Amino acid sequence: MGGKQDPTANGSPKSESMGAKKASPDLLNSSFSFKSLKLKTKQQELLLRVSILGLVYVLAFIARLFSVLRYESMIHEFDPYFNYRTTLYLTEKGFYEFWNWFDSESWYPLGRIIGGTLYPGLMVTAALIYWTLRFLRFFVHIREVCVLTAPFFASNTTIVAYFFGKEIWDTGAGLVAAALIAICPGYISRSVAGSYDNEAVAIFALLLTFYLFVKAVKTGSLSWALGSAFGYFYMVSAWGGYVFIINLVPLYVLVLLITGRYSMRLYVAYNCMYILGMLLAMQIRFVGFQHVQSGEHMGAMGVFLLMQVFYFLDWVKYQLNDTKLFQTFLRITVTSAILVGGIALGVGTASGYISPWTGRFYSLLDPTYAKDHIPIIASVSEHQPTAWSSFMFDYHILLFLFPAGLYFCFKRLSDATIFIVMYGLTSLYFAGVMVRLILVATPAVCLISAIAVSATVKNLTSLLRTKQKVPQTGSTKGVGSSKSSSKVTLDQSQPFQKNGAIALLVGVFYLLSRYAIHCTWVTSEAYSSPSIVLAARGAHGNRIIFDDYREAYYWLRQNTPTDAKVMSWWDYGYQITAMGNRTVIVDNNTWNNTHIATVGRAMSSYEDEAYDIMRSLDVNYVLVVFGGVTGYSSDDINKFLWMVRIGGGVYPVIKEPDYLVNGEFRVDKGASPKMLNCLMYKLCYYRFGELVTEYGKPTGYDRARGVEIGNKDIKLEHLEEAYTTSNWIVRIYRVKPPTNRL
Amino acid sequence: MVKSTSKDAQDLFRSLHSAYSATPTNLKIIDMYVVFAVFTALIQVAYMALVGSFPFNSFLSGVLSCVGTAVLAVCLRIQVNKENKEFKCKTIVTNLGGIVAMFVIAV
Repeated sequence: MGGKQDPTANGSPKSESMGAKKASPDLLNSSFSFKSLKLKTKQQELLLRVSILGLVYVLAFIARLFSVLRYESMIHEFDPYFNYRTTLYLTEKGFYEFWNWFDSESWYPLGRIIGGTLYPGLMVTAALIYWTLRFLRFFVHIREVCVLTAPFFASNTTIVAYFFGKEIWDTGAGLVAAALIAICPGYISRSVAGSYDNEAVAIFALLLTFYLFVKAVKTGSLSWALGSAFGYFYMVSAWGGYVFIINLVPLYVLVLLITGRYSMRLYVAYNCMYILGMLLAMQIRFVGFQHVQSGEHMGAMGVFLLMQVFYFLDWVKYQLNDTKLFQTFLRITVTSAILVGGIALGVGTASGYISPWTGRFYSLLDPTYAKDHIPIIASVSEHQPTAWSSFMFDYHILLFLFPAGLYFCFKRLSDATIFIVMYGLTSLYFAGVMVRLILVATPAVCLISAIAVSATVKNLTSLLRTKQKVPQTGSTKGVGSSKSSSKVTLDQSQPFQKNGAIALLVGVFYLLSRYAIHCTWVTSEAYSSPSIVLAARGAHGNRIIFDDYREAYYWLRQNTPTDAKVMSWWDYGYQITAMGNRTVIVDNNTWNNTHIATVGRAMSSYEDEAYDIMRSLDVNYVLVVFGGVTGYSSDDINKFLWMVRIGGGVYPVIKEPDYLVNGEFRVDKGASPKMLNCLMYKLCYYRFGELVTEYGKPTGYDRARGVEIGNKDIKLEHLEEAYTTSNWIVRIYRVKPPTNRL
Repeated sequence: MVKSTSKDAQDLFRSLHSAYSATPTNLKIIDMYVVFAVFTALIQVAYMALVGSFPFNSFLSGVLSCVGTAVLAVCLRIQVNKENKEFKCKTIVTNLGGIVAMFVIAV
């Protein structure tokens, strides 16, 4: 039965190890040294657990190293380059300079207050690791530390997942949760080696905070609550997604209050965490006073006040031993509390003191909001709603183990299981709204699935181990067990029960092994590409590497004056400042929509108007990304319509229908004249009309769009070509000074 | 209606008063501390309403630290109260010292 103390979770290796030890007593007894190795059951179990955890720890680290082995140890994508640059600055200049840094190399005329607009957790963590290693005389480069920070913290997350699983269910579930989360693609996608982004550290902080809070609620001790406050502080310093914690925890407390599970432990845990967490969180400049002023954080404050009311009522009820008096008191207090709270909230929101929900988070509640009002948020591919294929891709078998786990959680409801159910459901809802948030849902899904797996396997193995006892019929639960009849008679189906259990166990192990294979395949194929270096298969099957991005950035670094300003679309801003070391006009921070719209307008205007805009911004070089020669499809021509939309959102002179023909976006002869003569088109296709890209196709055949371009004879008046990389992926143009007037 | 509610209120006060006097002294000391902390916080809020919230940081830190000590003292009271069956007394002394020290650092 499940109630027996059953130390094994993954099959029954214990029985065979015990058997092996018993089978050779002669050998053991003869050599004296071996006798001391005959461990007791508890010690064997401990050894098993520790070794499993150790293996899972190493596995989580190794699974993320594909790109380091295939390419080299470098930072991937776009955002990590900014984090790398800031970490470099931190290690070179020290914490004080870093905290007060004003950067004049990005957002050209405006600059950016970096110290006040970033989440320092990741950089400080990497810098601490770097300084520790240096102290131990390992002189590594900061880039290596940055690249490997994410896998290191992924390993730590598995340990936290083990402890969390132990809290919710038992050690078996903890072990399975650790193993599942070590290789789950939903988590790997953002924590692969080289993906030096906030989420690498944030998921660890998230799980740690949740674990410490659940432990605090369970024990009611102040020290755990304090720990969760510090965990929350770490989370706030690491990622903007801390808003999820500050809303989920009050929601959880509210649910507990409503279901009648109010207790002193809950009071102690929540109050301590909220007040201390809030105080600590306000130390981060980027967060500032949002905890008392922003609408997103008001839920936590409301629940805090509600807790005080509950505690007060509880205390009064305890003091008075008379229910009638207490009822009147209750009525008075509750009405006055609700009245006061409602008035305060109303006044605060109406007067604007409490700011409403910001666009980023509002679009989570109303997914259509961003598309209509804020095109920049809508344009990011990670913010699109999730397709079912993404869910299957990222979760595989966990997708159907999740409802099974929910069933088990509901069977054994306690404060801890209520929490994990709430976490799982809310995070899955948000994961459905935005692809990027699959990452936040991953720990919950892994934990709940682990409960399903662990409980199933435990029941099945205990069924196997019951010998001639009266069959406990309740233990035939498990995946697909509805087929095996639970209402069994004593003798007949006893052997079939055992066979059924064995068959089901084999099925479970088969599923888990397929999961492992799938995860490894996904990691290797889909999530290990550095994005800055592209690879393709040549005609003979050999691997061809396109290192054009870095080629262009280093050309910029070495061949342009140090105060040159580069205009490009905002995607490349971070990389240009980090690797090219030049000032940019707009970058990935996207904090100023008008500035980006100005660049968008320049890219979509005719060359003369664009020249005026570029002169006003002091632009010296323009950088565009073009995939027509290689068939690379994330180039600027494919992003062009977003430039038009964003530019048109601020400057009504840019109208999207001008660039489309019958609502269709074309670049061949049938394209609209505005499209054929705008700056982006000219810069991308300059001299392209003479190039043969594919055998048998005419010159100027664009391989990414699959058409022959419309305007092959391009003349540039105010710009001249400065550099084009070897595969034509990045093209840099110099802005000519105005011609002399005679 | 009014008369009965006022009579109810009086009865309420009387029974509360008699029940409260029965609590042990150490708990009453903690209660006094809680009242003091809340009172300090209220004074700060009144001051801000009068003078304006210019150094908002200091206002917030003042109020929140008062509220924080009040809350922590209440937690202490919960744990020390022998009539609360959910807690055991033995861990309290180390807790309080550690908690107050860390709290001061946090502020």
